[in-house]
Amino acid sequence: MTTVQPALNHRRREPLSDATLLMLIAIGIFLVMYASAVILMGGAFQKPQQFLDLFNENAALIIIACALTVVMIGGGINISVGGIIGLTCMACTKFLEYSAPQNSVVAVLLTVLLALAIGLAFGLFEGFMVSYLEIQPFIVTLAGMFLARGLTTILSVNPVKVTHEGFQALVKTKLQIPWLGYVAKNGNLISAKLEIGAIVALLVVAAVWLMLRYTKLGRGIYAVGGNRQSALMLGINVKRTSFWSYVISGVLAGLAGLVFLMHKPAANASIAMRSEMDAIAASIIGGTLLTGGVGNVIGTLFGVMILAAIQKIIGLSPLNESWWQDMASGAMLGIFIMLQSVILSRRGKRGKAEASKG
Amino acid sequence: MENIRDEAPRLFYDTTEGAARMQNDVVLTMRGISKLFPGTRALDNVDFTLRRGEIHALMGENGAGKSTLIKVLTGVYGKDAGSIHIEGIEGEAPIHSPQDAQNAGISTVYQEITLCPNLTVAENMFIGRTDGAIVNWKDCEKKATAILESLNIPARAKQELSSCSLAVQQMVAIGRAVDMNCKVLVLDEPTSSLDEQEVSMLFKLMRDLKSRGVGIVFVTHFLEQVYEVSDRITVLRNGKLVGEYPVAELPQLELVAKMMGKDLNDLEGLEKADRHTSAATETVYEAEGLSSTARRPFDFRIRRGEVNGFTGLLGSGRSESVRAIFGADRITGGKVRVRGKAVKITNPHEAMKHGIGYLPEDRKRDGIIADLSVRDNIILALQVMRGFFRPMKRSEMEAFADEYIKELNIKTASQNTPVGSLSGGNQQKVILARWLLTHPDYLILDEPTRGIDVGTKLEIQRLVLKLAEENMSVTFISSEIEEMLRTCSRLIVMRDGNTVGELTGDELTQAHVMETIAGGGVQHG
Repeated sequence: MTTVQPALNHRRREPLSDATLLMLIAIGIFLVMYASAVILMGGAFQKPQQFLDLFNENAALIIIACALTVVMIGGGINISVGGIIGLTCMACTKFLEYSAPQNSVVAVLLTVLLALAIGLAFGLFEGFMVSYLEIQPFIVTLAGMFLARGLTTILSVNPVKVTHEGFQALVKTKLQIPWLGYVAKNGNLISAKLEIGAIVALLVVAAVWLMLRYTKLGRGIYAVGGNRQSALMLGINVKRTSFWSYVISGVLAGLAGLVFLMHKPAANASIAMRSEMDAIAASIIGGTLLTGGVGNVIGTLFGVMILAAIQKIIGLSPLNESWWQDMASGAMLGIFIMLQSVILSRRGKRGKAEASKG
Repeated sequence: MENIRDEAPRLFYDTTEGAARMQNDVVLTMRGISKLFPGTRALDNVDFTLRRGEIHALMGENGAGKSTLIKVLTGVYGKDAGSIHIEGIEGEAPIHSPQDAQNAGISTVYQEITLCPNLTVAENMFIGRTDGAIVNWKDCEKKATAILESLNIPARAKQELSSCSLAVQQMVAIGRAVDMNCKVLVLDEPTSSLDEQEVSMLFKLMRDLKSRGVGIVFVTHFLEQVYEVSDRITVLRNGKLVGEYPVAELPQLELVAKMMGKDLNDLEGLEKADRHTSAATETVYEAEGLSSTARRPFDFRIRRGEVNGFTGLLGSGRSESVRAIFGADRITGGKVRVRGKAVKITNPHEAMKHGIGYLPEDRKRDGIIADLSVRDNIILALQVMRGFFRPMKRSEMEAFADEYIKELNIKTASQNTPVGSLSGGNQQKVILARWLLTHPDYLILDEPTRGIDVGTKLEIQRLVLKLAEENMSVTFISSEIEEMLRTCSRLIVMRDGNTVGELTGDELTQAHVMETIAGGGVQHG
């Protein structure tokens, strides 16, 4: 007893948690990567718009990556989010083209509701199957993915474009940031623009961060992912917690579909194909562990940024081919996972040593 | 502030009540509890009474029904018959889930720590029992700090739980439990992974809670511990109540007899078991300067038919030593000879090929595969040795399984039963059978008797001696020194990761071992 007492009196800052450490690594790597691109490749990278485009172009990915982070922290997985994006885009497009009222406000409102309802339906269905019927989440969401893709194709085999004026107006609405821009050759200031979708995505990141950190549900998700049995014994309703994590991920996927459509108002059967894999990769790069219990959406945001920056850098380099982008993303993911396991195992050892001393 | 149920930690009952009254104040009565499982009657008409401010030990061998009774009490299992009454609740207590039990004032700390290591200490203490959707963690931290300080638990509220030692985690679990308006605190094998100093810390906490009027149900396998802290003992055997006794009226030997339901002659017979001296026989395994990432270099040898053991406090490097021998940790140096021939053992598979078997310390993590049947678990090591491309015939497998189920007296419904549903002691026997089936020359048993009942412990000790007589070499590790003294002819004493002494012959007494642990100088690196 006496040997441990000093630890109590001498209060120090708590060491970083695993999730925080992994997040800081992701942020650091992104900053280094982007800074070197600015310095070495210059040109386009020096324009602030280039940076904001990371958000504009990847708003939907940011949202589903948040969805994946929530589910993965809870120890699950959801690979149907890409399919839900596809279905939402197609359904909203068809709705806007054929049955939406001319009144813009009402039409846009109904479209938003439609998108969220599709996501909600998938979330409820998958959450029920996984949490209450205790079917493997991978299988359930694989089925969800096939279902969503199938429904998308049924709605339309051919590509469809959104021509609805109300929605087009929404697409064109952008937030101008006057202090962030550059002076064009003709002397005009061209300010950088942030799309509505990107703003929505950032709001989602903030909301999910708050939810995971401060709500009973959020902490419950960490507990369930950390140790399901313990969580049950601690009096957490494990099934309900896991159910809600899928509902949240479904709704977010629906929202992501809408955001996707706002960035590029057209849909086809293979839209957002494979984006669930990018979302998983982004979550992992951002410090979420596939085993559950550890993760952070801020890290996930930077995970998306890293993947997006890789694409941009390669797109502007002589290696501009999609396979180079894939390989670079893959290599990045591999390096990250190795880095994580090395860091975590070293910490693990240190933790044990400290614990045995105490 | 408003989203926590109680304003201040409610640890205290009105202590102005007379002590005598507290002693007689019954907080929990369980009457006629029965519980059926497919094929077994786990509990048969069991009564249990707990008084305010007492520590009440619940004793019995593995499979006697202790865990089942606890689980019925805490709402993990439903009961098939009987009634539970709790002081302050009219009529029968409505306990259908762990949550109900908590609400009724019954808190439980299980053997395996049931907290989430990835959350902070404060979160672990308050999660699952705050009102409202938003949690005021600042407030929880403040309350957690108050509880930690009041109970003298050496942890910080904001610390991640995984950075605390096991004992502290256990105490945090208790801290959580007693804060929940707790009348009854159930401690299920709380000491099984703690060393002596940690145990005394825990006992101090238990006595403190007792003086505050909490009724404590204490389930343990350590007889000495029962006598150290308990006021009363209830003994179960085969799902039935044997009786309830004040500690003073039940000597230790009698308790063992009641738990086993037989005479003590067996036990005494074993004390006299004649020790194998094997000075002349061949050296089966010899290591010189063997070291691993977890163990500093050490020398070690064992002769044919010898039983020796590593002893020392928990965490002194006993397990690390045998893991190095078996190649379970990364080997960093040293020379190894098996039967006189220089060999290299860098992983368990090579060790097995050289005739070494290893029964790991943590059977849940390293040993059994809970979902596989008893038969498959027994066959596993032999199958690995033979190679997966030479499968065994089913009839052969069944014959082996039958033989060892009988030989080791494994209590299982059939060889197809999943191992996970067996009691701890029987799981241990299944792993033992697995290794015996490979006919190793040299068998390492790391804490084979931890967390299992007295009867099975004796069986295992007897088995070790029998194996040695059949010319197998055995290294035996146990936290209970008496057990080691009974079985081993040579003890290697460890302290802080170093070998500090080797005892043989007349030196094999508890006093000698203690002295060596306490005072011996470092002899080997």
